[in-house]
Amino acid sequence: MNIALNLVAVRTIVRKEMIRVLRIWVQTIVPPAITMTLYFIIFGNLIGRRIGTMDGFDYMQYIAPGLIMMSVITSSYGNVVSSFFGAKFGRHVEEMLVSPMSNATIIIGHVAGGVLRGMLIGILVTIVALFFTRLEVAHPFIMISVVLLSSIVFSLAGFINAVFAKKFDDISIVPTFVLTPLTYLGGVFYSISMLPEFWQAVSKVNPILYMVNAFRYGILGTSDISIGYAYAILLVFVILLFSACVLLMRKGVGIRE
Amino acid sequence: MNALTIKNLTKTYDNGNQALKGIDLNVGSGDFYALLGPNGAGKTTAIGIISSLVNKTAGKVEIFGHDLDTDLEAAKSCLGLVPQEINLNLWDSVENIVTNQAGYYGIGGKVAKQRVEKYLRELRLWDRRGDIARSLSGGMKRRLMIARALVHEPRLLILDEPTAGVDIEIRRSMWEYLQEINAAGTTIILTTHYLEEAETLCRHIGIIDAGRIIEDAPMSSVLRQLQREVFVLSLATQVSEAPHLQGFETRLREDGELEVAKGPDKDLNELFAQLSEKHIGVVSMRNKANRLEELFMRLVEQKPGQARSGQ
Repeated sequence: MNIALNLVAVRTIVRKEMIRVLRIWVQTIVPPAITMTLYFIIFGNLIGRRIGTMDGFDYMQYIAPGLIMMSVITSSYGNVVSSFFGAKFGRHVEEMLVSPMSNATIIIGHVAGGVLRGMLIGILVTIVALFFTRLEVAHPFIMISVVLLSSIVFSLAGFINAVFAKKFDDISIVPTFVLTPLTYLGGVFYSISMLPEFWQAVSKVNPILYMVNAFRYGILGTSDISIGYAYAILLVFVILLFSACVLLMRKGVGIRE
Repeated sequence: MNALTIKNLTKTYDNGNQALKGIDLNVGSGDFYALLGPNGAGKTTAIGIISSLVNKTAGKVEIFGHDLDTDLEAAKSCLGLVPQEINLNLWDSVENIVTNQAGYYGIGGKVAKQRVEKYLRELRLWDRRGDIARSLSGGMKRRLMIARALVHEPRLLILDEPTAGVDIEIRRSMWEYLQEINAAGTTIILTTHYLEEAETLCRHIGIIDAGRIIEDAPMSSVLRQLQREVFVLSLATQVSEAPHLQGFETRLREDGELEVAKGPDKDLNELFAQLSEKHIGVVSMRNKANRLEELFMRLVEQKPGQARSGQ
């Protein structure tokens, strides 16, 4: 298929993904809005008042970018892993596999679906945040590019998880035991400068730290890490994970006998 | 040009099961081909490889001259697949399922809309287009899978047991529809356990057993091989044991009916003459089994070493 036909195929997958997200909105849209509202009320409003300021910002203001990024990451990952694994489980993934669209098209379509859901949730959480605090965007390009790249990284990671998953338990292991701890330890609620040196060094191995801080820099103009490093890490992850996805699809891992 | 050419195709699964042991198969363009075989014979594996859902171990597959190894996208564009298992997104609407499939083949916009309407109408699903697939009956789901497989108008359509579990009326209407699209030029390969279906629809037949093709020939010549037919006679006169009829094998069934086997050298007039001589009246008569069924059973009961072809 030529590029134009592959674009039609990508558009079809994205449309299918959006219909799915909107059809099960109670599972896809409402939970992050409620969870983040609770975070803002409890951590931001009640506890945050006693904490005071962090890096010169109200605690509520400080945690808002991290919470937005956290919901984007979990939504992007969750969308792709549940959608692609669901298609494998119900065997309608065969609809795509018998068609002439390329493996890259299948991956890009699902990643685009994950990014769109991530952005939708990100915007929703931002609106919730604005009820509690004031956010002025310091560096719009950095804010948008970092959130998009992070969403792509976690959509690709969700795709790989779905490829290997054999049962529904397998799609919740990574979010529960890897994604959530890394996000909580990724500087969403604190600046790593508060940690002892050893734990600061350990924290710097966590890629989510770079995403959260780069996004926070885009909004508040403050960061614990170098923005250049953050971009380099994001780009390397995008390239590595996309290549892994293409390789897995080409070999038929988890989808072809 | 052949619609499908298979050369020395083998498949060994990771657990060591050798599902295909080097099959060769040619299906001509425009043909209506029946691929038969008992459960586990290798039919679905062969179809899986042709439709690139299963990785082959060795061999060559070409669809309208496009090699799966070197020209995969072109080969896939020529193929429509109706699998054995229901593989619909049960939560998606009928219209979306077919529209999405068109999109996967790069067909969008107005053309996709027209095709979706055309095939949903032809398969009598247009009135249910807004319903989710889960709400459809078994027969409707099968028809939806056919509409989905046809929306990109493939030159080769493979149907893996499309009428399994479908009632007789719908089965007959599906037969008519398949005959129509075959007459319009689409090559069809059909697997089925209803041998009457294969005999009615198909012009060529391949029988696969234990991973080998044991028969591959025109339907008419295959049926000519059948040299023995068994009839069941419902008798007007009750008999206590099977009568001896010269040149015929007889057996009295528990229900009182008489089974008579005849070879090609005997005709039915002779049978009735002998029965009349013995004052045995016949109320009705029927074939014990479908002719193809009998041949099929005979062929698959042969050991692989005795198979006729495709070795």
